[in-house]
Amino acid sequence: MNRPTGLLSAETALVTSRFAVPGMRCAGCIAKLETGLPAMAGVAAARVNFTARQVLVSHDPALAMPDLVQAFAGLGFEANPIQDALGAPDSEARGLVKALAVAGFAAMNIMLLSVSVWSGAGGVTRDLFHLLSALIALPTIAYAGQPFYRSAWRALQAGHSNMDVPISIGVSLATALSLYESATHGAHAYFDSAVMLLFFLLAGRWLDAVMRDRARDGVSALLKHMAPGALVLADDGGSHWHRADALQPGMTLLVASGERLAADGLILDGRSHFDQSLITGEAMPVAIGPGGRVLAGTLNCGDAVQVTVTAAGADTSIADIARLMRDAAQGRSRYVRIADRAARFYAPAVHALALLSFIGWMLAGAGWHQSLLIAVAVLIITCPCALGLAVPAAQIVASGALMRAGVLVKDGSALERLAEADACVFDKTGTLTLGHPEPIDLPRLDPDAAGVALALARCSRHPLSEALRTALAAAGIRPRQVTLISETPGEGLRGQWRGQVVRLGRPTIETGGMMATALVIGNAPEQIIRFIDPLRPHAAQTISELQHLGLGSRILSGDAAATVAMVAAELGIPGEAGLDPATKLARINALTGAGARVLMVGDGLNDGPALAAGHVSMAPASAADASQMAADAVFLGSSLAPVAIAIRAARATQAVVRQNFALAIGYNIVAVPLAMAGLVTPLIAALAMSGSSIIVVANALRLKGAAR
Amino acid sequence: MNGILVLIPVALGLGLLGLFAFFWAVGRGQFDDLDGAALRIFIDDAGDSRTPEAPDVD
Repeated sequence: MNRPTGLLSAETALVTSRFAVPGMRCAGCIAKLETGLPAMAGVAAARVNFTARQVLVSHDPALAMPDLVQAFAGLGFEANPIQDALGAPDSEARGLVKALAVAGFAAMNIMLLSVSVWSGAGGVTRDLFHLLSALIALPTIAYAGQPFYRSAWRALQAGHSNMDVPISIGVSLATALSLYESATHGAHAYFDSAVMLLFFLLAGRWLDAVMRDRARDGVSALLKHMAPGALVLADDGGSHWHRADALQPGMTLLVASGERLAADGLILDGRSHFDQSLITGEAMPVAIGPGGRVLAGTLNCGDAVQVTVTAAGADTSIADIARLMRDAAQGRSRYVRIADRAARFYAPAVHALALLSFIGWMLAGAGWHQSLLIAVAVLIITCPCALGLAVPAAQIVASGALMRAGVLVKDGSALERLAEADACVFDKTGTLTLGHPEPIDLPRLDPDAAGVALALARCSRHPLSEALRTALAAAGIRPRQVTLISETPGEGLRGQWRGQVVRLGRPTIETGGMMATALVIGNAPEQIIRFIDPLRPHAAQTISELQHLGLGSRILSGDAAATVAMVAAELGIPGEAGLDPATKLARINALTGAGARVLMVGDGLNDGPALAAGHVSMAPASAADASQMAADAVFLGSSLAPVAIAIRAARATQAVVRQNFALAIGYNIVAVPLAMAGLVTPLIAALAMSGSSIIVVANALRLKGAAR
Repeated sequence: MNGILVLIPVALGLGLLGLFAFFWAVGRGQFDDLDGAALRIFIDDAGDSRTPEAPDVD
């Protein structure tokens, strides 16, 4: 590397930081980041992980996080720092892939030896091959079998049974018996079956882990540093920066324009408007004056204000929401996955059959050695090899298809629950709608008026101003020379242009409940610019498709009644307005209590508890971080269509899982009587096992086109 | 039979070699960014030491 490294000297100890950069798309982006970032002073190297959409930057510890984020922005990428705990790459999948490699290696070698035995090797050669098989199999089972033994032990300790209990018992018994056979020069050793079983089951486990990791990386589990602290005014007029957890009720905060509040409070002095969409879901900022109540997590988009703290830390409304979310999520952890539900019936049945054959053959006078051999054959034949693959193989193929369609599903259980949903609840702002207003009256403005509007709008952080600025700039309007611009919260902007007073702000005439702003130039009558929060593309189509799939939809919104009624009427579904997070949660719980399995789709933090409480939940990629974390699936892009696509793909997956179960059970119905009759040799067991596994995987591959 | 006594350890040894190579690659994180590896071949390293303008042989 002969690139400039700026201030960096060779002796400086470097630190590494991890960033989620969702915007990278191509080789050009990789090159831009890997050459562009080290060009910055203090950055030693940058390494892109394209699969995870992350960048690992090693840099001088003196370099602050905001500077690095700024450097990304300079290259044209949005970057979010990730805490180390969340950024560690696929630890579980890595352990499983190693176990899978060991099991695969052992299975191949033992199979090679076993084929010779089955082809007729006898006497000393057979004993030697059995001995070699044992030498390979024992360390393999000790290493690669650990995930199953541990999980089975945990289940038994908790007093219930799962799929891993019959697996562990089957593998252990088969190994012990084979060791005995090898030592006594017997004909049948099941080392190949035991190791191959581990191999197939590990493949299923690994697929499951890969799916979880992939979604976690994609959702880029991160929490933006929201209001880390505040400037506290002391009695003597001085001010000190306090961290959010050090704030106390009674303190006076100075909240600058563009800053997020770190605590709940009352405005002591000043007047500004606050973007409360994070808490209430209301799209429009609210003007609040002295004595008004402001909430932690809301954004001050007007002037600086002084706020007396009334509640801080764990007592703020935002912390209440977090608590509601945590409590609501506990209900979901009680969900039992389909494979474990199957295991509840499967494991006792398998063990009973094996015991039955042992007792049966003992009574028939076969001797304990042969009876045990047959019982082990039953255990191995019924070992849920195909069952272990049936669910994860289908789910990983489906989640891959969904990922290409723009839906990131977090884990297999989410797909199972998605297939069961029979009612759908939408949030309005940001979920059914795009969540940012768009002006609709721009063509009526003449170029001068548009230029004045742009010059005024770009001086404010009010969402309507920002929407106007974006739309005008996109239309190619050049701002006019407006001077002496000032902003009055709740009123609007004022300035001078060619000796005339110009004003952009609250309209004086009634606009029929629509968001609107008025432009006044001199003494001319005011020109109204109306805004709408447009519906997401395909919203109506998706609602009717969900209806067709048997999911009735409704809106639960925190927004004002008039706007909710308008959207509800447009989509033809019932809507409720003015709900706070706790009431939304109560509505979801009421629906659940009435027997519905609710799919909750929402984006704001105010939807968080409802997202966690729903049977299954989805959030758009534009959602608040906490909501993305609470949701089971995240859909990308502005269209709402992925919601219906996900439901259809999840149902197709569930159908394939059921087919796979049917295949596995059908196979058992044929194989178990053979095993109980004592006709199964290690050769037949090996053929049956790999045959059924391949059929199950092939069936799962049909899901590749599930998310069209 | 004598041949087998030599060949089996050789076969196992080669297999183990492959297994250790795989472990090494996993440990070095070579499987962490499969999509990125596919894209990196498209990056032109202009001005790199491999281009004729900057020969590093003397």
